[in-house]
Amino acid sequence: MKGDFIQNLPKIYGLYTGGFIIFILLMAVLEQMGVSAETIGILFVLFTIFIYAAIGWLSRTMEVGAYYVAGRQVPPVFNGMATAADWMSGASFVALAGGIYFGGYGYLAFVVGWTGGYVLVAALMAPYLRKFGCYTVPDFVGTRYGGNLARFCAVVVLVVASFTYVTAQINATGTIAARALQIPFEVGVWFGLLGILLCSMLGGMRAVTWTQVAQYIVLIIAYLVPVIWMSNKQGFGIIPQFSYGEAVHRIAELEKEFGVGTKATESFPGVRVLTTLTNNPGGTLSSWKFATLALCMMAGTASLPHILMRYFTTPSVRAARKSVAWSLFFIFLLYFTSPALATLTKLQIFDPTLATGIIGKSFADVQALEWIQKWHAVGMLAISDSNGDGLLQVNEFFMRPDIVVLATPEIAGLPYVISGLVAAGGMAAAMSTADGLLLAIANALSHDLYYKIIDPKADTKHRLIVARALLLIIGAAGAAVASLQLTGILGAVAWAFDFACSGLFFPLVLGVWWKRANRAGAIAGMVLGFGAGAFYLFHLRTGGAEILGLDHLRFGIVGMAVSLVSMVVVTLMTPEPDEETQQMVDEVRIPSGRAILSESH
Amino acid sequence: MSQNDSDARERHWEKTRSLMILVLVLWFIFSLVIPWFAKDLNSLNFLGFPLGYYMCVQGSLIVFVLLIFFLNWRQDAIDDEFGFSGEDGGEE
Repeated sequence: MKGDFIQNLPKIYGLYTGGFIIFILLMAVLEQMGVSAETIGILFVLFTIFIYAAIGWLSRTMEVGAYYVAGRQVPPVFNGMATAADWMSGASFVALAGGIYFGGYGYLAFVVGWTGGYVLVAALMAPYLRKFGCYTVPDFVGTRYGGNLARFCAVVVLVVASFTYVTAQINATGTIAARALQIPFEVGVWFGLLGILLCSMLGGMRAVTWTQVAQYIVLIIAYLVPVIWMSNKQGFGIIPQFSYGEAVHRIAELEKEFGVGTKATESFPGVRVLTTLTNNPGGTLSSWKFATLALCMMAGTASLPHILMRYFTTPSVRAARKSVAWSLFFIFLLYFTSPALATLTKLQIFDPTLATGIIGKSFADVQALEWIQKWHAVGMLAISDSNGDGLLQVNEFFMRPDIVVLATPEIAGLPYVISGLVAAGGMAAAMSTADGLLLAIANALSHDLYYKIIDPKADTKHRLIVARALLLIIGAAGAAVASLQLTGILGAVAWAFDFACSGLFFPLVLGVWWKRANRAGAIAGMVLGFGAGAFYLFHLRTGGAEILGLDHLRFGIVGMAVSLVSMVVVTLMTPEPDEETQQMVDEVRIPSGRAILSESH
Repeated sequence: MSQNDSDARERHWEKTRSLMILVLVLWFIFSLVIPWFAKDLNSLNFLGFPLGYYMCVQGSLIVFVLLIFFLNWRQDAIDDEFGFSGEDGGEE
């Protein structure tokens, strides 16, 4: 191929996508020839991980600029895909549709929050941080406000938020690897970590960028194919996202008929029956809950370092802005499909006129279904004829919310090759996010803590060795915590957003938009905001009462309020920043000219 | 920094700020106000969906995507107007 790597990107990834589709078709042929479902699942997961590892190996580097910011040459569209993969985690891919299936309207706050946040990223943050020319988010805080204490506070918030998040992702890779490769969960976690480290160890940000683009392509194909297939079978056309309105109405009728909302009379550990209506916005309290959750997720999006640092890799300020738009577009493709998937799957299970409908059917028949038995065997599904009428009622069908996406191909009676594809997609989603997070943590510790605070004279080779060693240590710590399975996937992810917005949102925004903001104010904003959020979470977890209906998913509201007030008050009580800092802020506000920090800072 | 340059910077920032406020107002309406009234909007139908539901699963999301493309288009125009585009070889 002629020309350099960057110019050839569309060609390279075009070939890659074609190759992946051929692989899927090959698997379909193997299935027809009688190869077992287990083998196909294993092939899917191993083949995709092998490709990512190969990309990681080819992108190895010993240059600081390439390691931290991929040489600042990633074109906006590709950075958009990489950000989308970085962003969409196991929670978006595996858990979100299941959450909507069970949680109805209240859950849509995640959908709105995880997309609306990008408007904040584009309007308030990304272009200005790119102009700054920093390597990490604490790099911005440390330079804008000056002093090691401010930098250190930012590192602490970053590490806590990202570490909470990364354990959830390693947990997700472990769950999927365990199921697809038929190994115990504890082994699956370490296997997942190995895959993650193969992608990021040698090439840092450069390797992570190019694997994330590859992972995005796998995950979006894996998410869209089953939904489109299912929709065709149900007669909603090729683009179901615009035409499943009928299904929403139909489900509302069926929900009435089946009496959704009746509590189960029995219970099984880890699984639950559907009791919430699909489309059920309530009064003011439910609106308040929706708005506070959406707000936490949006502000969290705009303060999570692994997302912000993706915009440091573009060639210019304008490219950074453009790439935020592309990121949201690529994310949107999955997020507007997720509710469609939840709705169509529910219809598959509910509708008595479809062959796949099970509610109201004979209990013995349902019990004999293969997918019911398979998921039952691993304890993720249960049915029980509680009222003894010989029929399966809606409050007798128990399921773990997390399995909705993974089980959908089987529920809808699609060939097993689709299940293998979905497993590979889930793996790609969890791995790409874990990669970005591990790198964010390791980079903050190696660049900000080690190089900027502990040993500013360290040479390049030393810095990059420290960065890699930290990556290994943090990955291992994450896997160790993940194998304990302390929280569910979605809960831990929401906490990460709350931590990030409590401590970082206002110090970052006001650093650009309020020239008067000074060091003392920023430190107060980070320490008190983060402290208040963490304290409120602790208060709730130790049995304390909720204030204003803010539960553990929404503690960022408390953190942000304290952060804003303390930052403004302390700033106004202390002298304004010096002339040099004010000029720096002026310089950040225009896209042209040199970056604030030199290339080799 | 010459007087002219500093003037241009000030006006550039003023316009940027107004654009930011406009974008955030639209963002606020579609991310918080509309979902707040989802129940009332559900009595209306849109493309076969109850409107409140539609906005939360799709409508607002589409608006967000378009809003960022709109922001970029306007911001580029503002940067070009004052010669701050940063795409003319003035890169680091």
